[in-house]
Amino acid sequence: MELLISLIIGVLTASGVYLSLRGRTFPVVLGLTFLSYAVNLFLLVMGRLTIGNPPIIAADITRYADPLPQALVLTAIVISFGMTAFVIVLALKAFSEMGNDQVDGKHKP
Amino acid sequence: MMNHITIFPVLLPLVAGILLLLLPDRLLALKRSVSLISVLLQFIVAGLLLNTVNSGEILVYALGNWLPPFGIVLVADQLAAGMLAITALVAICALFYAARGTDNSGAHFHTLFQLQLFGLNGAFLTGDLFNLFVFFEILLLASYSLLLHGGGRLKTKAGLHFVIINLVGSTLFLFAVGTLYGLLGTLNMADLAVKVAAAPANDAVLIHIAGLLLFAVFALKAALVPLYLWLPAAYAHTTAPVAALFAIMTKVGAYSILRVYTLIFGAQAGTAANLIEAWLLPMAMLTLIVGVLGVLASTRLRQQVAYLVIVSIGTLLTAIGMNSAAGITAALYYLPHSTFAAAAFFLLSDSIAQRRDVMDDQFEPGPIIQQQRLLGILFFITAILIAGLPPLSGFIGKFLILNAALPHAAFFWITGVILITSLFTLIALARGGSMLFYRAQAPHICNIAPDAEPRSTMSLTVELTPVACLLLCCIGLVVFAGTVTGYTAATANQLLQPEVYIESVLRMEVIQP
Repeated sequence: MELLISLIIGVLTASGVYLSLRGRTFPVVLGLTFLSYAVNLFLLVMGRLTIGNPPIIAADITRYADPLPQALVLTAIVISFGMTAFVIVLALKAFSEMGNDQVDGKHKP
Repeated sequence: MMNHITIFPVLLPLVAGILLLLLPDRLLALKRSVSLISVLLQFIVAGLLLNTVNSGEILVYALGNWLPPFGIVLVADQLAAGMLAITALVAICALFYAARGTDNSGAHFHTLFQLQLFGLNGAFLTGDLFNLFVFFEILLLASYSLLLHGGGRLKTKAGLHFVIINLVGSTLFLFAVGTLYGLLGTLNMADLAVKVAAAPANDAVLIHIAGLLLFAVFALKAALVPLYLWLPAAYAHTTAPVAALFAIMTKVGAYSILRVYTLIFGAQAGTAANLIEAWLLPMAMLTLIVGVLGVLASTRLRQQVAYLVIVSIGTLLTAIGMNSAAGITAALYYLPHSTFAAAAFFLLSDSIAQRRDVMDDQFEPGPIIQQQRLLGILFFITAILIAGLPPLSGFIGKFLILNAALPHAAFFWITGVILITSLFTLIALARGGSMLFYRAQAPHICNIAPDAEPRSTMSLTVELTPVACLLLCCIGLVVFAGTVTGYTAATANQLLQPEVYIESVLRMEVIQP
């Protein structure tokens, strides 16, 4: 399970980095989304992968799941969602104002 | 009441921002007053905080009375209180300038301005690494919209680059925070400092990686070479009051570097002690060199001022990079000076550009500027302030930095780079100033209708009051240099003794209501 999760995070990050280095705004937005997915997963598993353990302290339980990464990842999801929405609108605005979807605003045939 | 003063710099702009959102756009005068009252109150609160922490006391405020390290805390020490006061001063001047009409060229200027202050003040006060991330995002989201305020092709392009690079930065920040949490199980900065110092040797590599990732993020915010490319276009194309407020934004990066790498990865941090010492000084000096090349190559005044911001961040981080009490003292004196001077220069260059008709702020012979005497004098004062000539605060700042460099091993490099870049800055500013003011031509030579109305309708005195205020702040830094350096020396001592900070946060007790 650990191997699978780390592979997923690695593939997402690699695709995110590759796409955000592209010259057009749409792949860049996709790349940023992948990066934020990767980091959200990464934050989530930072509480370690545990199965069937409660996050609440009780007298008869010795193993707990860490509830904090879930709170962190919730905040991170909300922020990255808002940022993605913003960057999509900005990319559309740039497309309409500059007449092309290149990040540097110069048309390349 | 005094117990709760620590949270007021965060609450005031938030409440004012929400209130401004509810007011309709036609009540512009009311919006301006609410916004102004809010920043004035923030200044008063910052003054009270400064007065309280001056004795060396550290105010810790546990939100919801949840005790650290589990609850989130706001911590006001000398560094944080000083940054709050600088921010409030710059905000007052920028807002006065904006109230002339810039705030009317797009929606929700005042709301965004207050939210930007909310993010800035929160970032300075928070004692929690994840909260620092959240406040960074708040100030960035507000700054994205402020940057685009007024619209235009160039702003959109610069804004797109600014947003994308900062989103990548935020992702890196989260990776670093996640790694630290996964290894050490805490995000409270004081607790992190304790845990990093006691971390087993097995985890050292991962802690180093997380610490250096954080450094990359802060270097991006501070516009350190090679992560500075977003800054010149963004600062040069946005409106003047926003650029003036942004003068404090790069300082947030410098503040975070100072905070995190003295507290968490400072001299006491065990295997991760002085983590960025080998990186910061060379990169800062490289920033100085690249920045000054940009200053020399600039073709427009506002672009030149943007590169001057990079030069000032290079100087500031060179001083911090010396990693000594004297270096940090000098840096903390240079920080308010460079912020006020850059903000004043952004406002002034806008006033000059408005009087040059189609030539705007390009370094080309343009029409004779109306009221050129007053503008010329202000340009001259600002230029010698920024270049660091006596008798103004730039000179004292640079003198303190050079003085602090004397015992340092890289003494020749530091003095050489700072003195030579100062000389080039002086040359570039002299060249720019003579182009703007001496090589001006009568209107018919440069194809401008002689009766062309100046774009600004406000009287010059009102327009230049904020600039004069900022310059007066710099003169105040000279007149009260003894008091200010006394305070910055105390701040440097407090930063280099993180035990006091850690003790105050972790030994905190529940406040009885």
